[in-house]
Amino acid sequence: MRETDRSGRPIPTSVLSLGVPPLVTAHAHAAPAAHSGGHEEHHHYTTTGLDNRKIAIWAFIGSECMLFASLISTYLIYKGRSLVGPFPHTEWTNPQTGQVFKPILNIPVTSFSTFVLLMSSLAMVLALAAVQNKDNPLPANAGLGDRMLASSKLWLWATCILGAMFLACQAYEFTSFVHEGLTIKTNLFGSTFFTLTGFHGAHVTAGVIWLGTLLAIDYKRGLGPKDALNVDLAALYWHFVDVIWIAIFTLLYLIPD
Amino acid sequence: MATVAASPSYARPAASEKEGFMAWLTTTDHKKIGTLYLHTSLFFFIFGGLEAVLMRWQLMKPNQTIVTADQFNQLFTMHGTTMVFLAIMPLSAAFFNYLIPLQLGARDVAFPRLNAFSYWVYLLGGIFITLPILFWVAPDGGWFAYAPLSGRTYSPAINMDFWVLGIQILGISSLAAAFNFATTIINMRAPGMNLMRMPMFTWMSFVTQFLIILAFPVITIALVFLQFDRFFGTNFYQVSAGADPLLWQHLFWVFGHPEVYILILPAFGLVSEVLPTNSKKPLFGYGVMAYSGILIGFLGFGVWAHHMFSVGMGPVGDTVFSLTTMLIAIPTGVKIFNWIFTMWGGSIRFTAAMKFAIGLIALFTIGGISGITHSSPPSDLQQTDTYYIVAHFHYVLFGGAIMGIFSGIYHYFPKMYGRYMDERLGTWHFWLNFISMNLTFFPMHYSGLLGMPRRIYTYDTAQGWDTFNMLSTIGAFLLMPATLIFIWNFFKSKKGGEPAPANAWDAATLEWSIPSPPPEYNFAKIPVVHSRYPLWDLTHPERTKDVPHTDEGMRHTGEHDVVDMHIETERRTAKELGIPMPSSTIKPFWTALGIVVMFTGLLIMPHNKMAGLVGIFTGAAMLVGFLYAWLTTPLEEHH
Repeated sequence: MRETDRSGRPIPTSVLSLGVPPLVTAHAHAAPAAHSGGHEEHHHYTTTGLDNRKIAIWAFIGSECMLFASLISTYLIYKGRSLVGPFPHTEWTNPQTGQVFKPILNIPVTSFSTFVLLMSSLAMVLALAAVQNKDNPLPANAGLGDRMLASSKLWLWATCILGAMFLACQAYEFTSFVHEGLTIKTNLFGSTFFTLTGFHGAHVTAGVIWLGTLLAIDYKRGLGPKDALNVDLAALYWHFVDVIWIAIFTLLYLIPD
Repeated sequence: MATVAASPSYARPAASEKEGFMAWLTTTDHKKIGTLYLHTSLFFFIFGGLEAVLMRWQLMKPNQTIVTADQFNQLFTMHGTTMVFLAIMPLSAAFFNYLIPLQLGARDVAFPRLNAFSYWVYLLGGIFITLPILFWVAPDGGWFAYAPLSGRTYSPAINMDFWVLGIQILGISSLAAAFNFATTIINMRAPGMNLMRMPMFTWMSFVTQFLIILAFPVITIALVFLQFDRFFGTNFYQVSAGADPLLWQHLFWVFGHPEVYILILPAFGLVSEVLPTNSKKPLFGYGVMAYSGILIGFLGFGVWAHHMFSVGMGPVGDTVFSLTTMLIAIPTGVKIFNWIFTMWGGSIRFTAAMKFAIGLIALFTIGGISGITHSSPPSDLQQTDTYYIVAHFHYVLFGGAIMGIFSGIYHYFPKMYGRYMDERLGTWHFWLNFISMNLTFFPMHYSGLLGMPRRIYTYDTAQGWDTFNMLSTIGAFLLMPATLIFIWNFFKSKKGGEPAPANAWDAATLEWSIPSPPPEYNFAKIPVVHSRYPLWDLTHPERTKDVPHTDEGMRHTGEHDVVDMHIETERRTAKELGIPMPSSTIKPFWTALGIVVMFTGLLIMPHNKMAGLVGIFTGAAMLVGFLYAWLTTPLEEHH
């Protein structure tokens, strides 16, 4: 059967030939009858059948890749080139004062926050699924698990809270580094570390705010299948920020000097 | 259907069309935004030109004192910065705005308000970075701002702060526009217009958007580092802290070389429209033209270090970048030959646009060949930092990009204003421009090979440079009347030029199938496209009989207003036709202003912390507030 989009038009085959997976599920799941009343916004024909915003967010993510590539490359170029400590993976003794600085990275704490961030992606996937399936009535014998899975509010909250936990870990990490004597001005490691992870943290913060606005809409009028695209855009951004962290965690924390 | 009579369609502005200052400030119409881009960037083009004339005046004779060394530093920095970021890029953006939706058969860009936002950020960022030259506190570290020289240690004053923050602002504009146009081209093509039926200008613009999307984040990060170094005392470019003095150069040129293609590819696209139209033949090797554009864009990311042969990268690095540089000449050469073969056997009409297009072929070839001479590291070591390099990049940017853009302006003026530009004045402009351009830049090959360094504010006599400098200066002075003729022609023709019909040049692509100037909705009925030259299929089938035509991939959208290829003569309002148009809004302007206020706050931070913080928070509040208002307002009014 040919897939159709929201208004029943066939989705052009070029969607497939572009190599873009048919991510129009947001449209496809929307039952046209469910919201045909009232002021519907005008639906423009698009070449790929995808919403413009969907294309734009992929272009944006492509651009963000180069942004983080520049930050990560600079970190790697400067790895091991700091003239003074503290260092990330090795001990350093200040030749003037004789003070000893232990390797500064706290791998257990960051492993925990990495786990938290990865779990937030799972919650994000469930939130999107819940929004997409909002119009499908739960079976009469639905258990607690089914009802939990159907709650977009629950999973949006979960994503936000996990994201905020990650940020809290980062705040803890940053303050403890400053207490131990590493600031953005101390050495090349400090400059590159705080800038790279700070940029990532800013992205997570923006994501939490974005998800917060979705949550606000959910409380105000309830998110339904017609909002699935908006949730999908936030989800794509969120997963991207997550994937970037995997690269950062591996390159900064796991690989020793 | 016959083409329309030469009815002065400009005489009947649509009833609902608002005019006046507020209409421009709140517009979301891609055509009006294109017009705004065009006028603003022409202003900056003249401003940057005057900076160049001042430099040439200083260098006319040895040991002159028209300007001081410090002022000269500011002049060459701002001349480069202005021409690259405020003149050529936005001149291309003017055409992206005006032409891409028309060539695609779309009613607007994908995100009309984001488009307005891009323009306002550009305008305000342009003012931000240009104002200081009026007080001689302008950036003075070159348009490439090499760190560590541009760091706080060696450039302690406010001058370079303007550059670092100003370029950051302009980057926001370019990126926002690039996301918008990339989406427009991917997703808003008329039914039947597959990628290999797109007009070549749109093709080259498509490649350009990807270059912007992938290259600008790199300069953004390089600038963030520099900004942090200058404002927060970080060590990214602090050699005393162990930093690599080449980090900036690498990051800058990873951006900077794709930037060169960002400047030239749109001009290549424009002449690829002008040449077939005025040769009355389809573009020779359409497919190869498209692929070579993609190849140029791809290779453009792999040649950056040829700007850095003199830093001593070692034999492997030098060899790799030398080879990739020679390689990129191949797709560029393919384009040159395809343009020549497009004209070959054609029935050529020498309009002003055509003359400029041929001018591009000739002058860009000279610039390309001198470019090959410095793809070889040993010969580059002789040439680097001399006037030979100045000659090279002016041949490709003035002889290439600017000639192409002039060609585009003459060609598309009738579409924009419903009137032709004066061809006689256009011919005068072309010849004066062509001759004085060569007079300015050709002698620089000689002064450069004789050893005259770039960026020196004066020189001593008896080094064999005097004559060449005098010639260059005479040429630069002559470029002023040439440009004046153009400006006079531009404004005179807007008011009193000969009325132009819809298809002013008997061209082949969609933008010529609608009235000149186009109505607000562009296409009353969206045409179904069956070929690369849909209008010639209707009017000159003999020209396109050898072009492969296929209906493969054709599909109907099911929308009521899609019809077969046709010529539109009627001019009505969107309301009458029931076409939903984006509403006017001032929010993009205020959002853009918020960004500039924020950066201004950061600029004054080191001098007055309190005022700086007030600026940053005011700007951020404006940005967030107006962005919220913008995102919560629907795009279109309901009819």
